[in-house]
Amino acid sequence: MGAIDMELYRKLGTRDALGATLAEIGGEYPELVVLAADCLASVRGKAFAAKFPERAINFGIAEADMMMAAAGMATCGKIPVACTFGFLASLRAGEMIRSGICYPKLNVKIAATSSGLAMGDGGTTHHIIEDIAVLRSFANLTILAPCDGVATTKAVRAAIEFPGPVYLRLGRGGEPNVYKDDFDFEIGKAVTLREGSDVTIIAVGAVILRALEAADILAKKGVSARVIDMITLKPIDRDIILKAARETKLIVTAEDHNILGGLGGAVAEVLSEEPSVPLRRVGIKDTFCSIGPTDELMDKYGLSGKAIAKEVLDYT
Amino acid sequence: MAVCNTVPRKKASICELQQNAAEIRRMVDNMFQNAGGGHYGGCLSEVDVLTALYFRILNVDPQNPRWDDRDRFVLSKGHGAGGLYCTLALAGFFAPERLSTLNQLDSAFGMHPDMSKVPGADMSTGSLGLGICAAVGMAIAGKLDKKSWRVYSLLGDGECHEGVVWEAAMAASHHRLDNLTAIVDRNALSMDGPTEEVMSLEPFAAKWEAFGWAVRTINGHNMREIVDALEAVPFVPGRPSLIVARTTKGKGISFIENRWDCHYASLNPEQGERARKELA
Repeated sequence: MGAIDMELYRKLGTRDALGATLAEIGGEYPELVVLAADCLASVRGKAFAAKFPERAINFGIAEADMMMAAAGMATCGKIPVACTFGFLASLRAGEMIRSGICYPKLNVKIAATSSGLAMGDGGTTHHIIEDIAVLRSFANLTILAPCDGVATTKAVRAAIEFPGPVYLRLGRGGEPNVYKDDFDFEIGKAVTLREGSDVTIIAVGAVILRALEAADILAKKGVSARVIDMITLKPIDRDIILKAARETKLIVTAEDHNILGGLGGAVAEVLSEEPSVPLRRVGIKDTFCSIGPTDELMDKYGLSGKAIAKEVLDYT
Repeated sequence: MAVCNTVPRKKASICELQQNAAEIRRMVDNMFQNAGGGHYGGCLSEVDVLTALYFRILNVDPQNPRWDDRDRFVLSKGHGAGGLYCTLALAGFFAPERLSTLNQLDSAFGMHPDMSKVPGADMSTGSLGLGICAAVGMAIAGKLDKKSWRVYSLLGDGECHEGVVWEAAMAASHHRLDNLTAIVDRNALSMDGPTEEVMSLEPFAAKWEAFGWAVRTINGHNMREIVDALEAVPFVPGRPSLIVARTTKGKGISFIENRWDCHYASLNPEQGERARKELA
């Protein structure tokens, strides 16, 4: 694979990075096909379609059929990237992902945009704060959740190379750059964004920046917080979690997902099997969220840097 | 018993197909009696269509089930697995003795087909409506690669209550998949009763036509009609083909025929003996 133009991807959010990456690598992978459910423009697939018109296939507003058609194509040697909004991918077409893709372990990539509260103004129908809980229980599925354009292009490339079903939990786009420099991305390996020796904050996706903000707040109060990006949600990086449990006094998870069954649940499962430290989970407290701009919603539901820092301070 | 042709790549005659279908019905019954029950209704109604496909129509190689340039077959009505297993076994994809493991711990053969375990199964199915969508994807892949192989899929009629079937129907005609043929096993019964009472499907052929498919209705137990229809696809260039195969649920065992409550059945020893005699 050729060198990645990091300068480009630092400027892009997750959604634009998806489209740009597919267009960029389409020539390298003649088997790559991009499937959309009347959302080719929305998922930024038009650049790929312009270069490879036959390989951009629209299914209309029919996610279930699209997901199973992707499965069928994969049996014929294609590498389909089935793109749609997160709530439609994980819930509407969830059974197709489970029975049609994961069970036969077919080489389908699912690119799900506007995950979490990214479509805050869309209301609960368009929020998706249940996807991690649902998808984490599908055997054979790998789940990646890159937080910015740099991480997205790395994750998409890794997904295409990986032989098997991969779900990409992406945002709506426009996310600020987190990964200033190049970094080694490997499926199954979390990334330590900031070293710290007192506590560990494990976050994902849109909450990463807020976790870093929390670490800044904590630093001012003399608390050294390690920040980990759990960019692969499944298979979860047990080693980095257990290392944090050995080296720091408290672990706090933070996610734009229902507090039940998400990142916090996954980390709790790991910690419950080993001698451990206290764990606090920051997430949406088993409620549907109201309507509003994403940032304001995330603040309202306890996902601000301040709230994450408070969670740490309350337990240290 | 006479089995005229176990080499599917040599096209069987109508007479040979009829004899093979009779043998497959016996195999299905044996397998289900051995396992203590099975989807008798739908497995017996589909046998003639499956026989025509595997012994005359499909370009497949039992010695090389994953051959890239084979025709594809997706059993969208996954609960018809019993009929498919026996057809594949008779066609030489695996030893028929393996069917005695049906439903047992770690068997390759369960109520619904697992493509990872059953030689010749091109898709794992069981959840209704999903197989035809996968067949659409295969047909698109074939078109993209300009391949001459074709895709066939068998659906249940009750399966067409599933909305996703009609998503697939739309996609197939929109993408002009004339390399795709769907056959509907129109036995007119689903699990709770006659389809027209449970959730009416008629006008059934007209629905498919309205979705852009070229449709033929045949007697799904008349081998000549089945073969003629399957050999005539695509009925219209540029359009997917749909064959409504009018069938009898439980075909071949008189006390199971047309009984919606025998969708799944377990036979007692007397019934088992009677079934064996009727199928002999």
